[in-house]
Amino acid sequence: MSQNLNAGDVCLKVEKFNAWYDQFHALKDINMDIRKNKVTAMIGPSGCGKSTLIRCFNRMNDFIPTFRQTGKILFEGNDLSDRFIDPVEVRIKVGMVFQKQNPFPKSIADNVTYGPKIMGVRQKSRLDAIVEESLRNAALWDEVKDKLKSSALSLSGGQQQRLCIARALAMQPDVLLLDEPCSALDPIATSKIEELIIQLKEKYTILIVTHNMQQAARVSDHTAYLYLGELIEYDETTKIFTAPAQKATEDYITGRMG
Amino acid sequence: MIQGAQPIQKIIAAQKRNEAIFRVVAIAAVAISLATLGALLFDAFSDGLRRLDWQFLTSFPSRKPERAGILAAIAGSFYVVSLTSAISIPLGIGAAVYLEEYAKNNRFNRMIEVNITNLAGVPSIIYGILGLELFVRMMKLDRSLMAGALTLSLLALPTVIISAREAIRTVPSSIRQAAYAVGATRWQTTRDHVLPLAFPGIMTGIILAISRAIGETAPLIMIGALTYVAFLPTGLDSPFTVMPIQIFNWVSRPQKGFFECAAAGIVVLLILTLMLNGLAIILRNYYQRKFSVRSL
Repeated sequence: MSQNLNAGDVCLKVEKFNAWYDQFHALKDINMDIRKNKVTAMIGPSGCGKSTLIRCFNRMNDFIPTFRQTGKILFEGNDLSDRFIDPVEVRIKVGMVFQKQNPFPKSIADNVTYGPKIMGVRQKSRLDAIVEESLRNAALWDEVKDKLKSSALSLSGGQQQRLCIARALAMQPDVLLLDEPCSALDPIATSKIEELIIQLKEKYTILIVTHNMQQAARVSDHTAYLYLGELIEYDETTKIFTAPAQKATEDYITGRMG
Repeated sequence: MIQGAQPIQKIIAAQKRNEAIFRVVAIAAVAISLATLGALLFDAFSDGLRRLDWQFLTSFPSRKPERAGILAAIAGSFYVVSLTSAISIPLGIGAAVYLEEYAKNNRFNRMIEVNITNLAGVPSIIYGILGLELFVRMMKLDRSLMAGALTLSLLALPTVIISAREAIRTVPSSIRQAAYAVGATRWQTTRDHVLPLAFPGIMTGIILAISRAIGETAPLIMIGALTYVAFLPTGLDSPFTVMPIQIFNWVSRPQKGFFECAAAGIVVLLILTLMLNGLAIILRNYYQRKFSVRSL
């Protein structure tokens, strides 16, 4: 496994990380450094553990009773996976967007302000500013600025997903996790989200799980290929897609396997 | 054509015949239920409407049927139902939230679940016996409003808990994940998202439970609710009567006049129950529209 990534600050450091669901060994001895302000894509066939891994970065697996883990995920010197660290604190710093768009059945503005409100932001002018800034960053502002009070459910699927991204951005996280964010969207909505991801990496460190090879190639700087819970190869995206070091990686990206 | 199949026309004709038979049976089932309800309403209204007047609504019970009234029972029912709601709704929703959102799936919690389901099927008289022993005697509440309300709360709780749990379970887990992902705690997620979305379903359970409580007679007779109360309840420790008990008392009297009082009482009870249900349904539909997730 090669890790000769371009020099750059490490944002998240995964060390000897193992995870189980009951007896099933879902992640095996994962070591990887995720670089700051880069887009890191995780690819691999269904069940390879990429979603499990991405959900470890914001402790969403805590809700699965049979889930166990060993190893470390270091973020700013702290181990995110430490059970003494409050998952709420982790999720404030590490935002997430899910596979299926899941806006709250509330107004567009309320979706964006929910996070800031529970963090104690009360001032109306401040909340309004957060709504505009987050929606602009999610490339949705121009489409919804005249109907911020209408229901989020009145938006199209692609708009809803961008609203979910805006909701995550409103928390001003350091890291943004995207778990197959385009799998329920049409190609036009997908390309909008891809453009957005490329813009967002200036401010955020982004991890994206995707089944779409072209998408990984288009948006990511680094790509990790996982298979059966193991990190097979992790390198710069151009390298993975042009000259992978492992035969298994090549087979997967060319569609001969998986 | 599949080999050995019957001619299509024959199959279609047979199916049409079956469908016609089924339709008749289904209509008959509806008609019988409606006719029974209609007969009941007609019977109660034809006997009761004559007796139903302002004097009847504002008088206390009397030995003379023409001077008797249902005021004490209306007031008693009102107090008992209000108290029962105040006790059973928060307890029931709290229990449902615990079981659905907080409880681990272990043997102890599974046992609690099975028992709550069983409790919903226990005959109401049993709750009366429990109320008599627990509230009237051990807690020395005597034949008070409080004892009656606590007994009816026991009766209402399983229904409230079961329907609230079902309503909470229908809230998509994607909504919970969305809230957790922006740093909401479990309680914030429950308060801000799960409960508002489950509200219409929870209301349905509350409507059922409270409508049952308002018409319940047996457990209240068991704990000794009085049948002759010539005053309005003055406090939680006050003796009381409720409409079904008053009606039961009038029906068991030999005089024809009391029979009419009973019919009028039934009309009042029906109207009040329907009004309560109507109000609850309006509330439920309002929130259903407000928090619709169907397009998710």
